Order: sequence, then structure tokens, then C-alpha cells
Amino acid sequence: MELTKKDILGIKDLSVDEIKLILDTAESFIEISTREIKKVPTLRGKTVVNLFFEASTRTRTSFEIAGKRLSADTINISASTSSVVKGETLIDTARNLEAMNPDAIVIRHSAAGAPHMLARMVKQSIINAGDGAHEHPTQALLDMMTIKEKKGKISGLKVAIIGDISHSRVARSNIYGLTKMGAQVIVAGPAMMLPRDIEQMGVVVHNSLEKAIIGVDIIMMLRIQLERQQQKIFPSLREYSNYFCLNGQNIKLAKEDVLVMHPGPINRGIEIAPDIADGPYSVILDQVTNGVAVRMALLYLLIGGKS
Amino acid sequence: MEQKKVVMDADGIDRSLTRIAYEILEKNKGTADLCLVGIRTGGVFLAERLKKKITGMEGVAIPLGILDITLYRDDLRLSDRKPILAKTDIPFSLDNKKVVLIDDVLFTGRTIRAAMDALIDFGRPKFIQLAVLIDRGHRELPIRADFVGKNLPSSLWESVVVKLTEKNGIDEVVIQEGSQP
Repeated sequence: MELTKKDILGIKDLSVDEIKLILDTAESFIEISTREIKKVPTLRGKTVVNLFFEASTRTRTSFEIAGKRLSADTINISASTSSVVKGETLIDTARNLEAMNPDAIVIRHSAAGAPHMLARMVKQSIINAGDGAHEHPTQALLDMMTIKEKKGKISGLKVAIIGDISHSRVARSNIYGLTKMGAQVIVAGPAMMLPRDIEQMGVVVHNSLEKAIIGVDIIMMLRIQLERQQQKIFPSLREYSNYFCLNGQNIKLAKEDVLVMHPGPINRGIEIAPDIADGPYSVILDQVTNGVAVRMALLYLLIGGKS
Repeated sequence: MEQKKVVMDADGIDRSLTRIAYEILEKNKGTADLCLVGIRTGGVFLAERLKKKITGMEGVAIPLGILDITLYRDDLRLSDRKPILAKTDIPFSLDNKKVVLIDDVLFTGRTIRAAMDALIDFGRPKFIQLAVLIDRGHRELPIRADFVGKNLPSSLWESVVVKLTEKNGIDEVVIQEGSQP
């Protein structure tokens, strides 16, 4: 089995075997981050550009650390400090970066499909680090890796994804990935945060958190995107958290050994109670640790060989 | 027609390992600070067997590590294929340890070069020694083994395969005509 793709644009285009290869490879990379000398020479002389048009701490740092631990040179460009503020288009920015001959470009953009356009235009490997409300493949991969690590398998598990499904690229990528890997996915959120026809993605839909988490193995809470509060998608944060906050009470409906996940950043007390976020069910920080390993695996598989 | 010749059988392999175990103990004057590191995959099984033998002789269980050298290979940049990565597991510090690196076949020496680079990333060993079951010659780097099961002069177009029960269901060393240049 080998990854023959040039780019990682979404979980939708990955086969089950490709997902397995990425997860297995990532597992082998965990150990490097536990060493005293956290570096291997594998990507010496390779250059990875992190091109972030949206705010990010976790994902950008994670990609940067992943590249550095593999000895690649990593460069970060964020929209606010780049020529984008001077009016340069994405295409021109990409062409100019291409001219400097990096090996991979990691891109986050608010427009769905931006990484795909880039992938068609430049010869470098493109990794999607989140495009609009479309996909966030590396997040789904690190989530699946965490589930596999903690539960020993993915197939047959019941996973509830709770929150603003409509605007969540994390939800979309996870639904593609988890259903491919044989898990049963249940989604729940206020009606206006559930896309119409979401059932067609092979998930069960509920309007209540309580109903959705009965007997599940995993609860994945999504961040309520405060920046969307202006768009009046929901009446008030208080009302939202009354109905959709995971807390010490409602979590008892899930399996006793339930795992609680969250892609971060968390809004304490809004979608997740602090004692749950910091509690024994939470694997939120394991997700972050595994994120580095998954991104190391992707960089190795995409640009580890002949360029 | 492919020619196959068994150059070492199960008893032969076992006797060689027993001798190597004694030699390791003799050269290092016992088991103090001694540890074994097997190179995936063949070297790991041999390291496990050597550990068992040494424990039997001295009554002391010495630390055993597993090394995957994929990330240190010097041909990654040149090949289109990305080798499957397996886990490295060295759950102890190598600082000031007497490390015996173990592999099944010593050939060009490039694997050992990669393995030594990897080991240095785990600490500063007192020294590194090399034990191999077969030394088939054709070195491309200035590397030699401290403990050798069998010296097997071979030609470049032959391949030497060490089969072990743990992975192949049988213990034998076979030399056969291969497609290598």
C-alpha cells in the first residue's frame, strides 16, 4: 500500500486503505515526539510553506512542529502580514510561492475549494488545513487516530457529533472518515445548524443532545462559532448552552467509557462544561498530541520520496 | 531457473547465536550497562533470542530495544517509493550504555550507518558494537561487525535470505540467484 496522491484535499477522496496507511504511519511517528532529541533527518532539505488566511494556533503550530521534527524547513505566512493586505490574489500569491520552489504548501482559507484550486495550479503538494465550511482532513485524521488509539478500533463504534454541523468542516471531514471506517455517526444541533439532507451522508440526525448521545462510545463537541453570533443563527448563547452544552448530568446517557472530543478552541461553559473538558472522559489534549503525528505522517507520505 | 541453496539450518543458526551470546558476554565482561537493539525486522527476532540466551547464562535480563531505520535511510530522497514506517521502541536512555546493535545480514553497511545515526539521537552510548548472523561482504561504507555468525562470500547478483520461525515459520539461511545487479 502506498499513498500515490500529490495532495491531501479532503477525506472524501481518500480510500479506506489510504486512511489506514496514514493512521498506521502516524502511530509510528508518536514516539519521535517523546524523545529527548525530537528530530529525525527524513525531510532534510525540503521546504514546507504554511499559508494561513484564517486565524489558527493549533493547526499552524502543529504543522510547523511536524515539519521541524522531520527536519524540513517550515515557513509561516499569515494573511495579515502578507501581500494579501496589499490586494494580491490567492493565485498570484501561490504562483510566487511556487517560484521559490517549496515542496509542500499547507493552506487554510475561508473559501471552500481554495486548496483544490491551488492543487490544480501548482506542482507542489497541497495539504488542506481547513477550507471554509468544507473539509478539514487533518483534523478528522487525528480524531480517528485518537479513537483508534483509545478504543482499539473505529469500526462498529457509535459517534455523536454535536453542534453547528452546517458550518463545521470538522464535522464534514469526520462524517466522511468515520462512516468510511465503519462507525455509526449521529449528529445533533439546533435545526438551523443542521444542513438539509445531511442524512444523505449516512448519518442519523437528532434535534436534541440527550437523544443523540444515548449509548454512544464517542461524543465530539463542536465549537460554537462565536463570530457567527452576528448572523443571528441562534437566539442567544445562553439558550444554546441550555440545550446543547455537554455537562456532568447529560453525559451519563452515553456509555460509561465514553470519550469526549473537541477540535478546539473550546468555549468553556457554552458547548462544554469545564469539568467535562478537564475531566476523565476528555481526550482533547491527546487529540492535539496526535495531530503532530498525523501531520508528520502526511508530510512523510507526500514529500518523503523523490521530488 | 532459480538456484537455491540452504547454507545454514535451524541447528546452525542456534549454535551461532549461542556462540555470539558468549562472545558478547566475554567481550563486555558481563552484563553491566549492556543493552541490545534489534533492527527491524530480522534483527528484532535475533535480538530477542540473544536476550533469552544471555538471561539464561547470566540470570540477568538486559534491556532490549527495537529500531526502525526508515527515517534515517540515505536513499529516501532517491526513490519514488516511501517505505512503510514501523515503530521504534527504545524505552530506555542510551547514555553511557554498551549497545549491541543486531541485524540479520550485513551487506553494504548502509543500514548500519542509518541505525547508528538513529541510536545517537537516543543518547550517547559508551560504545556501539555490531552483531550479525550473516556477513555477506560488499561493503560500501567503512563498517565491520564485532560478532559474526557466518561469513558468507556471495556475488552481487545473489540474494541472501535469513528465514526465522517468528516470521517465516522456519529457521534457515538461503542463498539464491536474485535480480540484484
